[in-house]
Amino acid sequence: MSRIHVNTTVNGDAVDFLCEPDETLLDALRNRLGLTGSKEGCGTGDCGACSVTLDGRLVCSCLVLAAEAEGRAVGTIEGMAEGEALHPLQQKFIEHAALQCGVCTPGILVAAKALLEKNPDPTETEVRYWLAGNLCRCTGYDKIIRAVMDTAADLRRA
Amino acid sequence: MRFEVATSVADAVRLLAAEPGTARVLAGGTDVLVQLRSGMVEPALVVDIKRIAGMRDIVAEAGGFRIGAAVSGAELGEHAGVRAMWPGVVEAMELIGSTQVQGRATLAGNLCNASPAADSVPAMVAAEAVARVAGPDGERDVPVAAIPSGPGRTTLARGEFITSIFLPARPARSSDAYLRFIPRTEMDIAVCSAGVSLTLGADGTCTAARVALGAVAPTVVLVPEAGAALVGTTLGTEALDALAAACAAAAKPIDDKRGTVAFRKKVAGVLARRATIIAAERARAEA
Ligand SMILES: Cc1cc2nc3c(=O)[nH]c(=O)nc-3n(C[C@H](O)[C@H](O)[C@H](O)COP(=O)(O)OP(=O)(O)OC[C@H]3O[C@@H](n4cnc5c(N)ncnc54)[C@H](O)[C@@H]3O)c2cc1C
Repeated sequence: MSRIHVNTTVNGDAVDFLCEPDETLLDALRNRLGLTGSKEGCGTGDCGACSVTLDGRLVCSCLVLAAEAEGRAVGTIEGMAEGEALHPLQQKFIEHAALQCGVCTPGILVAAKALLEKNPDPTETEVRYWLAGNLCRCTGYDKIIRAVMDTAADLRRA
Repeated sequence: MRFEVATSVADAVRLLAAEPGTARVLAGGTDVLVQLRSGMVEPALVVDIKRIAGMRDIVAEAGGFRIGAAVSGAELGEHAGVRAMWPGVVEAMELIGSTQVQGRATLAGNLCNASPAADSVPAMVAAEAVARVAGPDGERDVPVAAIPSGPGRTTLARGEFITSIFLPARPARSSDAYLRFIPRTEMDIAVCSAGVSLTLGADGTCTAARVALGAVAPTVVLVPEAGAALVGTTLGTEALDALAAACAAAAKPIDDKRGTVAFRKKVAGVLARRATIIAAERARAEA
């Protein structure tokens, strides 16, 4: 298989890499670009641990070919904090202990951020439905939902 | 596997037609990638159609809407015009997967994956949606109902692909609805489903109705007897009973881990009845 040269933007930075035609964006992020925050849980789009944004849309990077990223803007968990300053969602997840093993956390944070950008005042039901594609086997979800609701309230006041 | 990005409809047709091995069109990839990664299919060629001009557009046409083959569920749901005219098609599409899947999944991909349980298909069949197909011999318009030919199979010939789905204009007091049964509230495959599209006269009498069922046969099925049971009535209990009976009779499901034959036949009628009530409420509100 001949490799494909991809030029794309990840978290605002122009990057390029070589990938196999059947390589996923998730594998390229992790193995070519060293961005290991996005996780592979299921590899079939069910668990959301690999969630990233592609031109602003939330997607599972395990269901995107790396070559599809050509000329697009990819947003990953690594772009969430500004240097040492955590994003308000990240801060709240720590305060609410909304994570245990942490494998689902990057995907959930990326998904929650995409929600609050689209809907700054979601109901609990809206948060639960939005995050239905992000599985967490540790927390039982309640702490996650509360952390997202609490962040949304704080951001509305700010 | 070769990965090609088609630059035009003609380019895509040329690439697909020239490939002697297995070729796959890539829209949102939410089926293609899963199949690729599981080794279920090993395509020699994958052609991404998302960068073809117009493929991601929703355009008003002849009183209806033409939806480009690469329009995602999320984009469809954000279109106020389509939502207002075809709420049943939009709700069916929006049931597919999660937020992440919605960011990519398309109507045409759902149709061409040809699952008997594909959620948007009963709604599109009830809506009399028409697929525009491009191929080596030019363009043709095909009713959505005629695209799937069995589980995982379509009537599209080598080199052909769908460029858009057309949802036609509606008379006044028309609407549609889609319901599915799954054992949980999100992220599951329909055990049984029903799409209903209908028109009411000024006096509330049903003047036209189309009913389609999912997951009860090798392909989505249109049930003309169910539609006929509604036409000429005011959608009272008797008409709804006749509709449910027609759906149960038309359903030819299988027994599997997701549901039994008896359960699916019964639920097909229940869902069609409820979807009819919702579509009628919407049609009245519309007037
Ligand atoms: C986690 C998850 C949950 C899901 N939940 C549901 C669900 O609830 N209900 C449901 O119905 N489906 C579900 N699906 C399946 C899938 O998301 C849908 O079938 C989706 O609509 C497919 O669209 P796509 O654009 O991603 O198709 P793709 O994967 O790009 O393509 C699907 C098939 O159609 C062909 N194709 C695509 N576009 C065209 C075209 N324009 N012309 C000709 N052939 C074409 C492809 O070659 C392929 O064979 C789910 C999938 C995942 C991963």
